[in-house]
Amino acid sequence: MPLRVAMHELSIIQEVVAAAVEAAEQNEATRVECVTLRVGALAGVVKEALLFCFDVASKDTLIEGARLEIIELPVRIHCPLCGEDSDLPGIQSFRCPACGEAGGKILQGRELELSSMELETA
Amino acid sequence: MNTRIVEIRKGILKKNDLLAAELRVRFQQAELFAVNFVSSPGSGKTTFLQRTLEALKQRGLRPATLVGDLETDNDARRLAESGTPVRQITTHGICHLEAEMIGTHLEGWDLAGFDYFFIENVGNLVCPSSYDLGEDMRVAMLSVTEGEDKPLKYPKMFHSADVAVITKMDLAAACEFDLALTRANLRELRPEIRIFEVSAKTGLGMEEWFAFLEEARGEALRALTTN
Repeated sequence: MPLRVAMHELSIIQEVVAAAVEAAEQNEATRVECVTLRVGALAGVVKEALLFCFDVASKDTLIEGARLEIIELPVRIHCPLCGEDSDLPGIQSFRCPACGEAGGKILQGRELELSSMELETA
Repeated sequence: MNTRIVEIRKGILKKNDLLAAELRVRFQQAELFAVNFVSSPGSGKTTFLQRTLEALKQRGLRPATLVGDLETDNDARRLAESGTPVRQITTHGICHLEAEMIGTHLEGWDLAGFDYFFIENVGNLVCPSSYDLGEDMRVAMLSVTEGEDKPLKYPKMFHSADVAVITKMDLAAACEFDLALTRANLRELRPEIRIFEVSAKTGLGMEEWFAFLEEARGEALRALTTN
């Protein structure tokens, strides 16, 4: 992996770690088992690079040793013509899978969200 | 000891997005229309920009340009021949420009003295798609020699573009270039994308592009004053 790609994701994962540590403290966690992220297909981050950076970024923090789980979200669009909300099978076409109309509204796909955490408390 | 799962649902802000948002505010305050040009290496960005800078200067408009390049300042020197301000960002191997680099290279420039701000990104259709540079408009360029399916191979980039410019149209016949198919592929990814077909060499389609640039800036300024 090119170093620079990892650098982009490293700065993102540092934000993730900071948010997770804050949440762990608020919940009085003694240990964090798992951190779950939701990442949209258009979020502009590479899953493998996030996983690669996580252990380094979480070292010596309250969440050290936690597992990172990434839920990948497909692009979901709302079709103005047929009214359907559909998940797109990829990002090769943004047409409505139900009726073929172009120009749907993007409902999901840009997310980059700390979704949930599995943690231990005393 | 208890183990439990806690819902958090907190959005993670990307550092580049924050810096890009700051740049966008600066550009708006200076009434500057910012355009980010992205393409593969060799698609004709520099020649297209040369003609654009010359035309805007002739019309009494004031463009400024930042050129990203991996190692050389050849493109910046070519663009500076237009007599308009040009600066170089040499990335030394980094394959895209980031908002932070733009901010650093603006130092000492009085943005209020410009009407347009052009960013010639590093020739690459992958990484630049993830980096907002605070631009008003993203222009993805592809030349007729690159093939009709280029948009489908780089969907993120073309999906993120507001405008597509098909360059080197003077070579279209020799390359048996299928314009209709290329347009259809672009519209699969971004139905509302505005498409220009140009040859910077012969001038084909360039007047239409210059007029569009003026319109687009006018619209952006009007949108600012009404908000």
